[in-house]
Amino acid sequence: MDLLQILVNGIVLGALYACIAVGFSLVWGVLNVINMLHGSFIILGGYLTFFAWFHLGVDPILALPAVALLLYALGYALQYLFINKVVTSPVLTTLTLTFGLDMILYNLMTVYFTATPRRVTLDMGSADILGVVMPMDRVLGMGLAFFLTGLLYLVMRGSTIGRAIVAVRMDRQAAALMGIRVNNIYAITFGIGALMAGAAGAVFAMVFPVTTNLTGTFLGKAFVICVIGGLGSVPGALVGGIALGVIESFAGFLIGPQHAITLGFVLMLVLLVVKPTGLIGVKGYE
Amino acid sequence: MPTLSRPLRYAALAGWFALLAVTPFIADNYTVRVAITVAMYSALALSWNFIGGFAGYPSFSTAAFFGLGCYVGALSQRHGVPLVLAWLLATLFVTAFAAALGTIILRLKGHYFAIGSIAIVEVVRLVISSWGSLTGGGDGLNVPLLSGGPDRVASTVLYVMLGIMLLAFIATLLVDRSRLGFGLRCINQNEDAADMVGIDTTRYKILGYALSALFCGTVGAVYASWVGYIDPTDSFSILLTVKVPVMVLLGGAGTVFGPIVGAGLFVLLEEFFWANFLEWNRAILGGIIVFLIFFLPSGILKLDYRRLFRRKSPADRVEAA
Repeated sequence: MDLLQILVNGIVLGALYACIAVGFSLVWGVLNVINMLHGSFIILGGYLTFFAWFHLGVDPILALPAVALLLYALGYALQYLFINKVVTSPVLTTLTLTFGLDMILYNLMTVYFTATPRRVTLDMGSADILGVVMPMDRVLGMGLAFFLTGLLYLVMRGSTIGRAIVAVRMDRQAAALMGIRVNNIYAITFGIGALMAGAAGAVFAMVFPVTTNLTGTFLGKAFVICVIGGLGSVPGALVGGIALGVIESFAGFLIGPQHAITLGFVLMLVLLVVKPTGLIGVKGYE
Repeated sequence: MPTLSRPLRYAALAGWFALLAVTPFIADNYTVRVAITVAMYSALALSWNFIGGFAGYPSFSTAAFFGLGCYVGALSQRHGVPLVLAWLLATLFVTAFAAALGTIILRLKGHYFAIGSIAIVEVVRLVISSWGSLTGGGDGLNVPLLSGGPDRVASTVLYVMLGIMLLAFIATLLVDRSRLGFGLRCINQNEDAADMVGIDTTRYKILGYALSALFCGTVGAVYASWVGYIDPTDSFSILLTVKVPVMVLLGGAGTVFGPIVGAGLFVLLEEFFWANFLEWNRAILGGIIVFLIFFLPSGILKLDYRRLFRRKSPADRVEAA
């Protein structure tokens, strides 16, 4: 396999990783909550897309917005009803709470959907450019992942909601005095995090099989990407995602796929100690 | 429980301990199994309490210490080290590992420390499962069986686990009354201020972290001998790493009795739900966690401590005057 192919594989994977991590990074950056539900949200998004495609014949690209909205509603409700009550508590409390909620969601999914690996098969053939072979469904997945990540960036920069989220992150009290309903913004932020996870899951289901056994893996990826790229920004998650994708791709080729995953975590631990703000981390959320 | 005075608490603990210890004589094998599990989780919870309860560091690396203990114990036995020595070796190795790791990871605080400590579990698990030539990889390892029939093995393991639990409790008592416990509590309240008034925070934190690993290593090695087979998924489970802090929170973090109360209650609840609602076991445990966070945020014991304190404080002041 030549280097260009490995690089392209890495970037395709990295785009998906960025999409996985960006919602996690948003929730961590704004709410200061480590969201252990994130992996299950991703799988739920993937499963719902699969069921819409398999049972109802809905095109996954059309199903994606609907699935994303459903996840938004779920995330909003969870934050509004539960997490908001303890959002200012120490990390031990919030992490444990989201882990407890995750156990419930995970159990519901394994009982009602079972853990069978499922994948939307698009059968789009593959492209061959300059000797780099790439299945078209992966190209589509990468395109969607970049599109979604970009969209979130624009929403955070340009919309009233986006600015309100940034304002709450910067100074909760001042934001409240400016007439922002902080609890509502927290719920919206968590909803957007879930929405991005659901959308990422939908994209993933078009490219790789998804199963509930992968929730932990996805969550781990989100940890690593956030620390590598730096917490608190969409570009950070994008850089972290692509960096991890490329590193895993090359490491998988050089030292074997199993070690590639270990390398990701080791890199994360080193960065945590050496430069906890990540490659391009900022304080607050931009 | 609420209004028990300190001597009564010790008496209750002694009673609980005796009850666990007599299970092999009065109850069936299943009950002995539960008793072993209670003793095991009590020791793990008491261990976590050093770093998570006293010092307030949200450590999620219990499973890494426990799993390493399993593997070091199993591997050294397979290489001809006698049983008890293998357990001690596992204890020493895990403690040294934690102390070395602590010098690095304890520079982190809050969320970053939490994430880092979870990552440790993942890294150790991945290394163990990919180092197939030594550890058997994902196929796991068979551990030499303890001598004697099932009943004999169960009671041996029970007494060893109870012994570890007792040692962990004594260590807790000693730390609670020593400079170390005081220093760790200061770190919990305000680390910068503690540093300023002359507490060697780095050393105290590393000591606390190593202490939190010590008994986990022994428990892991004994567990491996008990079950006779270990694999990376089981030994380094993320569930274990969150369950232990939850037990301490249930009982009361930073208290002496809290971890034992929490671990006992949690294990009994878990057994009950396993037996009756197998399919929904995980969701019910999740529900317990959510309930706990909302309705018992500082644990069963701590809530009462505060109430006791409030009622007593005027009287104390009169006495002092």
